[in-house]
Formats: sequence, structure tokens, C-alpha cells
Amino acid sequence: MTPRRQDSTLQVDRRQFMTAGVSVVLGVLASWRHGVAQDSLPGAGPAGKVADPASAGRALTATTAADTDAYYQVIEKQLKCTCGCGLDIYTCRTTDFNCTYSPGLHRQVVTLAEEGKTAQQIIDAFIGQYGQQVLMAPPRTGFNLFVGYLFPSIVVLVAAGFLVVVLRRWTRVAAAPGPTSTSHVDASPAELERLRRELERLPG
Amino acid sequence: MTLLGHLSLWLAFLVGLWGAITGFAGGLQDRADLQQSARRAVFAMFAALALATICLEIAIFRHDFNVAYVAARTSRNLPTFYLWSALYSGQQGSLLFWATVLSLFATLAQVLTGARHRAYLPFVAAVTCLVATFFVTVMLFAANPFERLAFTPVDGQGMNPQLQNPGMVFHPPMLYLGYISITIPFAFAIAALLSKKLDGDWLVAIRKWTLVSWLFLSVGLLIGMWWAYVELGWGGYWSWDPVENAALLPWLVMTAFLHSVMVQEKRGMLKKWNLALVLGAWLLSIFGTFLTRSGVIASVHSFTQSPVGYFFLAFILVAGIGTAVLYAIRLPLLEADATLESMVSREASFFFNNLLLVGLAFSVLWGTLYPILSEWLQGTKVSVGPPFFNLVNIPLGLLLLALMGIGPLIAWRRASFPNLERQFAVPAVTGVFVLLILLVAGMRELGALMAIGLGGFVTATVIQEFGRGASARHRQYGEPLALAVLRLVGRNRRRYGGYIVHMGIVLLFIAFSGMAFKTETQATLRPGESATLRSPYGHLYTFTHLGISQYDALNRRVTAALVDISLDGKPIGRLKTEKRQHVDALGRNTFEPSTEVGIRSGLREDLYVVLGGLVNGTEQAVYRFTINPLVWWVWFGGYVLVAGGLIVLWPGGGPPAVRRTQAGYAVKLESKA
Repeated sequence: MTPRRQDSTLQVDRRQFMTAGVSVVLGVLASWRHGVAQDSLPGAGPAGKVADPASAGRALTATTAADTDAYYQVIEKQLKCTCGCGLDIYTCRTTDFNCTYSPGLHRQVVTLAEEGKTAQQIIDAFIGQYGQQVLMAPPRTGFNLFVGYLFPSIVVLVAAGFLVVVLRRWTRVAAAPGPTSTSHVDASPAELERLRRELERLPG
Repeated sequence: MTLLGHLSLWLAFLVGLWGAITGFAGGLQDRADLQQSARRAVFAMFAALALATICLEIAIFRHDFNVAYVAARTSRNLPTFYLWSALYSGQQGSLLFWATVLSLFATLAQVLTGARHRAYLPFVAAVTCLVATFFVTVMLFAANPFERLAFTPVDGQGMNPQLQNPGMVFHPPMLYLGYISITIPFAFAIAALLSKKLDGDWLVAIRKWTLVSWLFLSVGLLIGMWWAYVELGWGGYWSWDPVENAALLPWLVMTAFLHSVMVQEKRGMLKKWNLALVLGAWLLSIFGTFLTRSGVIASVHSFTQSPVGYFFLAFILVAGIGTAVLYAIRLPLLEADATLESMVSREASFFFNNLLLVGLAFSVLWGTLYPILSEWLQGTKVSVGPPFFNLVNIPLGLLLLALMGIGPLIAWRRASFPNLERQFAVPAVTGVFVLLILLVAGMRELGALMAIGLGGFVTATVIQEFGRGASARHRQYGEPLALAVLRLVGRNRRRYGGYIVHMGIVLLFIAFSGMAFKTETQATLRPGESATLRSPYGHLYTFTHLGISQYDALNRRVTAALVDISLDGKPIGRLKTEKRQHVDALGRNTFEPSTEVGIRSGLREDLYVVLGGLVNGTEQAVYRFTINPLVWWVWFGGYVLVAGGLIVLWPGGGPPAVRRTQAGYAVKLESKA
């Protein structure tokens, strides 16, 4: 151990001093170089490697113009991802970016579009390959239109018609004169109208 | 402990069977000894199931990985908070939770029901015991939470990362409490049918229970939406997933019941309908459980797929047929006391409100089951997602919203033209005014225009109702207006609490319409680089990627990305979004990396940032930036809805309407001329 003098100065020889100095400079340089490798300069040059890439999920490639193209998004939002998540291709591939199916399906959409196919032809190609269940909703034609889309509304409409008929019948029954066990009120029509107005103003 | 738990299940099974037999026999033969035995069986069943639950909790907290359920759902490094939720995070545990809570509710029903309704209790004991016994049977023969492994793993597999969220600690129990508590009104309805006491008294006995279950279902649904939004990362809160739909179905039917029961209380009408709604709500809650657990329709909740679905299917069939037969036999006893005086009356509006609510429930059920139906009838597999449900249900929802404003403006029995004119003037003008403002502002989205315009109409209705009531108190008692409003609500909690619930629904509808204006983009950024996104309000947001940091947390390795945000060039804050690789106590990966979304929530819009991943393991990050308008109002609308529900539920506030109005409306107005 280096002896310490009473005036708090360290007793070192020149060689020890130089060695310590060089070590400090090399250490600073080494840490600086390490820092460059870890943290890239803002917005310029290559981005540095992170310590544990595996824990950051699947390695991705940089986003391309096709990834954000609104035209492809419209198509992909009509097609269901085949991974079983229940989401459309666009939503699935951008939800947590872990799905290994949706990026492939996206590439398939882009490839078909680059071959000159229209949006409908792309969708038809998907139906041909994966069946009708690849659509986020059944096509609005034939059986699906009448039994799928329209049936609930038809049921509600028919029930509404039935309800109107029943209510009208009940209203006629109520209006028909007949024996009643309820008390009779000794009041003029004007008084009754006033009472009715007061009752309407009551809470509930 | 697991042996004790297993024995407790068997005890609960035997006691439950005994309670069901003695309850039905005691009620039908009017034998006090059997009735007393059924009552005690309910208490004993609760004790046995509570003991079983404690045993499973002890196994979870002791990390007894020899128990298959504990090994599959937890790990040594799982935070204590989530050890509690491990009880119901899987099939077997949630069945135990369900049975235990049901037996607790059954006990409360026995203890809290007043002497006036004691005649129903033996049947209530029988029905609750029977339902709880079914759940115990499923556990004993298909999904035993105490099943042991042939070996003891060093550590468990851990909990699914998506379930490690505070929302998932509260969402399932709230929803379960809602589902389970419907059994009590159902049991009273069956009791009324069996005992032929169908005079409406049973409705008074179940009033609080129906509100409690509606409130739990509401809270469960809202927390579920919040969890989906903050945890799943796809940027929305409702995807019409079959399991979400399954929870919505009983909620819609219970909401219909809470409205139609007022017609029976005030006018003695809709007896058959109200009974059918209570029976239907319960059957739908069991059906929802079947959907969740059978995996019959593919969904994100597929973790629950197992053979227990067959048990549920058999139970639904038996319970459904039994209930329908009993209901049909008793129909002649359910004749209405009164007739309708006018088509333009409050009661008529309630009929249409019920039609729409039940119509919506049918529509949701139809869409949920349509893939099965299509495969069965036309041999084609189809998927039914949000485009289908939005197209079919939004028009019905908007009609319902309109009726929510119309109903309270129409008088009971018969509304006169001057009355309608006086009531509708301000709300209708307000609705049209709101619509015009939106059109002038450039909004062209039809659904959103309708939702916000009708929202204005309903809001004006509610404010008018509060204003008139408070003004009357102010004039009559000289109370300051603020005090008058408070006392108005306090004295008639059911009516004004209901209006507050309506306001919550309005806020929810308006907030839902905001999703029509969602905007998003994807970008790959190096540290220091930025991406921009314009909000629907015209502001420009700039997102600047600051860098990536990696560190270890309790049970995960975190890759965190920091993003600086500025609005029209002005810095407004910083967001963090993460990738999490969960590990067990030995440092082994347990699940695929999951994503934690960064959210900055505001009154106008939410900024929703997802870290997609890194490019080749560098700090160059792939992001999705989304602007979700009005999402904050979904949660605020939820608070308002729950607050209104609590006001309605709160004890006191004047005598129940059924007693008050029976006398008032017994007088038929007739001219002496």
C-alpha cells in the first residue's frame, strides 16, 4: 500500500504516476469508444447494437413505403390474419409485431398488387387460397346478406310491427266502455284535464 | 392442503345435492324441517367451498408446483399482486371462484331476504344449490384445481404476460360477480313460478340483486375494455370478440329488465315479459360461460378451451328446457292487471326500448353464432368481425339512443299534445343545433353525426328533467338550486340516478364515435429521428425517438423505448413503450415477448405508441403511432354510468315506486258527464 504523508499528499514515484496517468487516459478512451458503439449520434450514422436483442422480440426490418400505404391498409383491413388472433392483417401485423403470419400475408397483398391486380382481385385471390373465412365479415350477397346481415333487423322490424298491433289492441280494449271496479271521480272535464296536467308533472 | 381442498369439493357436492333436494321438496310439500335443512345446506356449501378456495390460495402462495394448476399459472417470481388473481386466471380456479361466490350470494340471499319474501327461500336455496353443484361437478369430473403432477417442477410456467395487468386483476372477478349474481334473481323467478306466487312481490325481493348484477356486469365490461386498450396493443377497446359479446348479452337483457320492471310496478303490465327477461338473462350468462370455456368459436380467449364445454352444453340444454316448460305451464297465471291507454305514453316507449335492447342482444347473439350457422346450413366457414357487427348493430344502437331521450319526455298513461310540445321543444332544438354545428365544422361521418346529435338531444332531456325538478323544489321550499338538485336526487334516487346512467351512456356513445376519426402511421426511427402525424383536429404531432434502454425487472427483461412528443412544435411530454421478455426464477424465458403500450391520454385525443421491435438488434426502432380521439370520455362515461348505478342502488331515498304508485293510479279518470 502506498504510504500517506502527514500533509495528505501521496508518495509516488514517477513510474507509478505515469502508469496511473496512462491507465486513466486509456480507460476514458475505452469507455468513450464503448459509448459510441452503444449510443449512436442523434439521427446520423448506424444505430448501435443493444445489449440483449433477443429479449426485444422478433428482429424486424425497416418500415417500407408499402407498410404504411393507405391503399394496402384498406385491403388488409378486410382480410383476417390466419394466425388465429381474430384481427385483420394490418392490425395484426402492427399490434405487437410478434405475429409471424401477418407479415407474410402483407407481402402477399403487396406482391399481388405489384402484379397489377385490383383490390377486388386481391381479395378474391385470398378467398381462393384460404376460403371465405379469410374475410373479416361475410360478403354481403345471397345467403349471407339475408340470413346474416338482414335477419336481425328483419326480426326487430317484425317484432316492432307485432308490438304496434298488440299495443293498438290493448289501447282499444282500454277505450271500450264497460263495467269497472275503479272509483268514479266526481269532476268536470276541465277539472280532470287540470288533474291530468298535475299528474304529468309528478316525478316518475 | 390439496387433499383438504379436494375433500371440501366432495363435501360441497354432497351438501349441494342435499340442499337442492330438500329445498324443492320442502317448498312443494311446505315442510318446515326440510326447508330449514335446505337453508343450512346453503350455509354448509358456502363453508366447504370457501375452505376449498383457501386451500388453493395457500397452494398458490406457497408455490406448491406439484399442483398442476399452480405450476401452469404461476412462478416463484410472480408479483404477489398477481398471485391473488392466479386463483381465477385459469379454467379450474375460475370454476372454483364461481362456485364459491355463488354459494356466498346464496347465503346472503337466505340471510338478507325479509320475512315478507320467506316463502320463496326454500326454492331459492334449491336452485342456487343446484347451480353451484353443477360447477362443483365440472371441477370434480373435468377440471379439478387440486390435481397433482407426477413430479414437482423447480418453478412454474408463470402467468400469461397479458394477464399481468391491474385490469386483469379486477376485470374477471367483476364480470364473474355480475354473471353469478344473476343466479339470485333467476332463483327467485323460478321460486315464484314453482310457488305460483306471481303477483309481483318477487320483483320487490330481487330489485337490489338485479341492480347489483347489472352494476357488476357494467364495471366488468368497462374494466375489460380498459384492459384491452392498455394491454393488447391493437389500439382499440372493443373488437366484438365472442367472449366480449358473451358478457354484453346478459348486460343488454338486464338493462331491458331494469326498464320494463318499472312498467310492471307502476301499471301491473309485462308480467310474462319480465319473467322471461330474468330467465333469459341467466341462461345467457351460462351460455356466455359456455362460449368462454368451450372454444366453440375461435377467439383471443382460447386459453380456456377444454372438454368442460360439453358439461356446459348439457347443463344449458337441461336448464333451458326445464325453465321453458315451467314458464309455459305457469303462463295462464300471468295475466296483466291493466291495459294501455295510449300509444303515446311512457309505458309504450318502454315497450319499444325493450324491443330495441332485446333486439340488440339478439343481433349480437346472431352475429356471434353465425359462423356455426353458416357452416351448418351452407357448408361454408365464415368469419364475423367488427365490420359485420358495426353494420348491423350501430343503427339499432342509435335508435336506442334516440329513445333514451324520447322516453323520459313522455308522460305515463297518456301524453297530451301540449305536454309533448312543452317537453320536446328544448331537447329537439338542442339536438338539431348540435347537428348543425357539426355540419358547419365540416364533419361528414354519418354515424358520428347521429351519435353526437342524438347525444345533444338526450343531454338536453336530462338537464331539463333536473332543471324542472330542482326549480319546483326551489319554488316550493325556497332551497338554493344546488341544494335543490342534491335533494332532488336524494329523494328520488331511482329516477335521477337513472338519468345519470343515461348521461354515462351518452358519453360512451359520443366517445365511441371518436374512433371513426382514428389516425395512425408506422415508422422506423434511429435515435434522434422523428415521425409526424396530423390529428383529426388539425394539429401536428411530432414523435422523436430518443433511444433504447434495457434492464431487468422482477420477473422480466425490459427493452424500453423513449419518445419525445411535441404538438405543433411545442414539447408536451415524453412516452415510454416497452417490450417485455418474461422469465422464471431461473432466468428462463417463459412466454413470447409482449408489448407495453405508451399512452398519453387527453380530453381531445389519446396518443398511443407501440414499440414494434428493433431493426437487427440495434437502437433503430419500429413504431406504430396512433391518435385515438375521445377515448378519455369512454372511461369518464363509465365512471358516470357506475355513479348513476350506485345512486340508484343506494338504500333509502323514499318508498319504492311500487308502493307509492299503486294507490295513486288506482283511480281511473272518468268524466261525470
